[in-house]
Amino acid sequence: MSSDQHIRTAFDRDLDQLQAQMLRMGGLVEVAILDAAKSFETQDVQLADEVRVADRIIDDIEAQINEDVASIIALQAPAARDLRLLLSILKVAGNLERIGDYAKNMAKRTHLLLQLPNIENSSSSLRRLSREVQLMLKDSLDAYVQRNTELAKDVIVRDNDVDELYNGLFRQFVTHMMEDPRNITACLHLHFIAKNIERMGDHVTSIAEQVVLVVTGQMPSEDRPKGDLTSVDVKLSQE
Amino acid sequence: MIEPNPYKSLFAASAQNKRRAAAEKRFHRLGLAAIFVGLSMLAILMTTIVTKGSGAFQQSFITLDVALLEAKLDKKGTRDLDNLKKVTTFGYAPLIKVAFEQVVVARGIETDLTSKDMAAIVSKSAAAQMRDCVLNDPGLIGTTAEFKFLANSWIDGYLKGRVTRETIANNKNVSIAQLDFADQLIELGIIGKSFNIQFILGADASDQRPEDAGIGVAIIGSFAMMCVVLLLALPIGVASSIYLEEFAPKNRLTDFIEVNIANLAAVPSIVFGILGLAIFINTMHLPQSAPVVGGLVLTLMTLPTLIISTRAALKAVPPSIRSAALGVGASKMQSTFHHVLPLAAPGILTGTILGLAQALGETAPLLLIGMIGYVATNMPETVSQGFLSPNSAMPAQIYEWAKRADPAFYERAWGGIIILLIFLVTMNLIAVTLRRRFEQRW
Amino acid sequence: MNSQTIKISARHVDVHYDKTHAIKDVSVEIPSNSVTAFIGPSGCGKSTFLRCLNRMNDTIESCQVSGDILLDGENIFDPKVDPVQLRAKIGMVFQKPNPFPKSIYDNVAYGPRIHGLAQGKSDLDALVEQALRRAAIWEEVKDRLSAPGTGLSGGQQQRVCIARAIATAPEVLLMDEPCSALDPIATAQIEELIDELRQNYAVVIVTHSMHQAARVSQKTAFFHMGTLVEFGDTKTIFTNPTDPRTEGYITGRIG
Repeated sequence: MSSDQHIRTAFDRDLDQLQAQMLRMGGLVEVAILDAAKSFETQDVQLADEVRVADRIIDDIEAQINEDVASIIALQAPAARDLRLLLSILKVAGNLERIGDYAKNMAKRTHLLLQLPNIENSSSSLRRLSREVQLMLKDSLDAYVQRNTELAKDVIVRDNDVDELYNGLFRQFVTHMMEDPRNITACLHLHFIAKNIERMGDHVTSIAEQVVLVVTGQMPSEDRPKGDLTSVDVKLSQE
Repeated sequence: MIEPNPYKSLFAASAQNKRRAAAEKRFHRLGLAAIFVGLSMLAILMTTIVTKGSGAFQQSFITLDVALLEAKLDKKGTRDLDNLKKVTTFGYAPLIKVAFEQVVVARGIETDLTSKDMAAIVSKSAAAQMRDCVLNDPGLIGTTAEFKFLANSWIDGYLKGRVTRETIANNKNVSIAQLDFADQLIELGIIGKSFNIQFILGADASDQRPEDAGIGVAIIGSFAMMCVVLLLALPIGVASSIYLEEFAPKNRLTDFIEVNIANLAAVPSIVFGILGLAIFINTMHLPQSAPVVGGLVLTLMTLPTLIISTRAALKAVPPSIRSAALGVGASKMQSTFHHVLPLAAPGILTGTILGLAQALGETAPLLLIGMIGYVATNMPETVSQGFLSPNSAMPAQIYEWAKRADPAFYERAWGGIIILLIFLVTMNLIAVTLRRRFEQRW
Repeated sequence: MNSQTIKISARHVDVHYDKTHAIKDVSVEIPSNSVTAFIGPSGCGKSTFLRCLNRMNDTIESCQVSGDILLDGENIFDPKVDPVQLRAKIGMVFQKPNPFPKSIYDNVAYGPRIHGLAQGKSDLDALVEQALRRAAIWEEVKDRLSAPGTGLSGGQQQRVCIARAIATAPEVLLMDEPCSALDPIATAQIEELIDELRQNYAVVIVTHSMHQAARVSQKTAFFHMGTLVEFGDTKTIFTNPTDPRTEGYITGRIG
């Protein structure tokens, strides 16, 4: 679209480069999520270590993106859509970095959990959960590239599913802990992992919100249904 | 604290506004009145000139059949030019008398005049006119040819209303009987007024033949002078302007020169005449009364004005053009000649034409170099003669005619003014047209 | 960066206008194939310094320049140097577009003609076309080369002036606030053009808009009251300048 291009091609070049960086970061984070879940499921310690090392690259990219965005804002003085785009890239990079950190944490706990009693179905449930989040992330990044607000809104809604799954796991862990106090340590760690994955979902939701912001100039409406009612509903916490 | 404006409504007018509006209206009216006064003065001037001068373009002519008797003109019958030339105007004059006698008889005119008196109503140039005709075409001898002679200035004045029976009471040159005779000839259509091309093209004439006087030779004199002015003043003026404006260093010497040039433009023109007399005539021994000297004097006079107007034209060229030319790597000379001069050309041209028009009408400097008072009776025959032989100029000629006693010359002075004005208006129109045409392009 | 050669090297340049000391001991190195911007508040001397680079200040009588300016190692103030020749190597574009009141063709062809750069008409035609193409205006004027140069819009005129400047095959292009008389669209087009021009020329641009300098240049020099306060990479100057005066000017606290 010729109307979408700036008269000054250098500006377009810089924006394209930034976006490419961000997508590269997103790709690395997706891999990190899947690898972390896999390492836990297959109890592959080496893979877990690789995830931890790869997180450094993700952090470096985020630092570079920060610097580049600052540079473009200082030098090009962008306005309107360009400004929202740049600020959104900043935000998305930040979200991606947090997601990456959660994945790294998950990988760290793999070591620990190997030494603790296995909780049945935990790994498959966690795998399902992380797969769900990874798909959400992929879709939100696609939505970003295509500037597709429908897809982005869909991602935001799917966070409910993640929250539901998490609720389920929460009840499961509580059950396990009540059944056998020797399970408590393992279950607590597993719960942390589950919580982290749920938090990853929230960050992905934040990325999807940025898509809507860039395209329409408005954040999507706040009243998205919150699926995680564990902090609100007592009955759920007691089983 | 500033008081709030009491006039809250836009529709309410304050006293100050009313006073200002009234003052502006007064000023408008004054301006219009001034224009009206100026225009009416112009109208009066034009009307006066035209009514008084138009008469000079019409002359009374007498149409006569004259028998060119071989016995009087070519006794030997050889039609040899040398022999024919020996017959002077005295030989031709009697033929006119004979012609009148014949007309009186043929048309039945009643008069007591002698043939001499009758012939006297014809201009004294008539005989010369016949002689020139015969010398041009000797075959006319022996035939009867029709000639259109100028009537003498008194008869001419009679036809134009200038001369009446009361005014000629003590006049020796014309009698009442001649006027009666003339009346009859008018009735018969022998005397009539017609357009007199001789006035524009012919030479000046002596006191005795005002009807024959023409401004033609003076026009040539003026033209020769203008040529000299154009050929000298334009290059010198433009070159010095360019130097002063573009190349001269801005120091005290240049300032001094500029101040003096401005002063020279205000010097009375007669001073240039004295200068011309002292240098060109006394020291350089150039021919006196010659258009070349007049041209040189007028060049000196026009030069300061020309330099000033050229400099203004050069200054009007924006410096961005010069910068652009220099920026591309042109030298100062190239920048001036390729860019500045073409842009300043319309202004320079206008200034030159206006300078020429001004010089055309100058009389005082010509006084001292002898071009006033010189009677320009002969057309110059070659180009160099046109420049070097003594001549007069148009304004000088007009002055000369106005000075003479005969009222017939007075009429001619007005006619000369008309011609001079036509020249000046034409030159101004050319200047305006050129300026308009060149200004559009830029 | 390390492979970039220095095109113009100015050392300890001083300029006096009668009694006023307009440029005080300025030394700067201008790289080739890149855009260098001079910024600073009004009257800081950036235009004056720019005009030193092609010795345009020679035409002003009250102006005295001292110091050295080397173009490819040769001092332009050397008595062997003819300023007229110099200005064929260093082209200039001015603030207000000033095409000659001649045809577009003649505007661009004037420089090559007086410097004898073309042999014959077809050679000259090719030169004019190349210059107009490089100035990104060939498509718009190729059908009316004989139309007067003054009959175009502001942005188009400025591009014709740029074509005129590059027609003499210069190595350096000096631009004195080239966009200040133009509207934002035309300005953006000229800035895009400058981006392309730096492939072939060392461009030095004086601009009163620091944002333009930020957008367009690789190196920026900040002038203040006749002195060169800071010179460095544009990105550094605008994100983290060294001198507090530079910071003050960039953030709008002084100037």
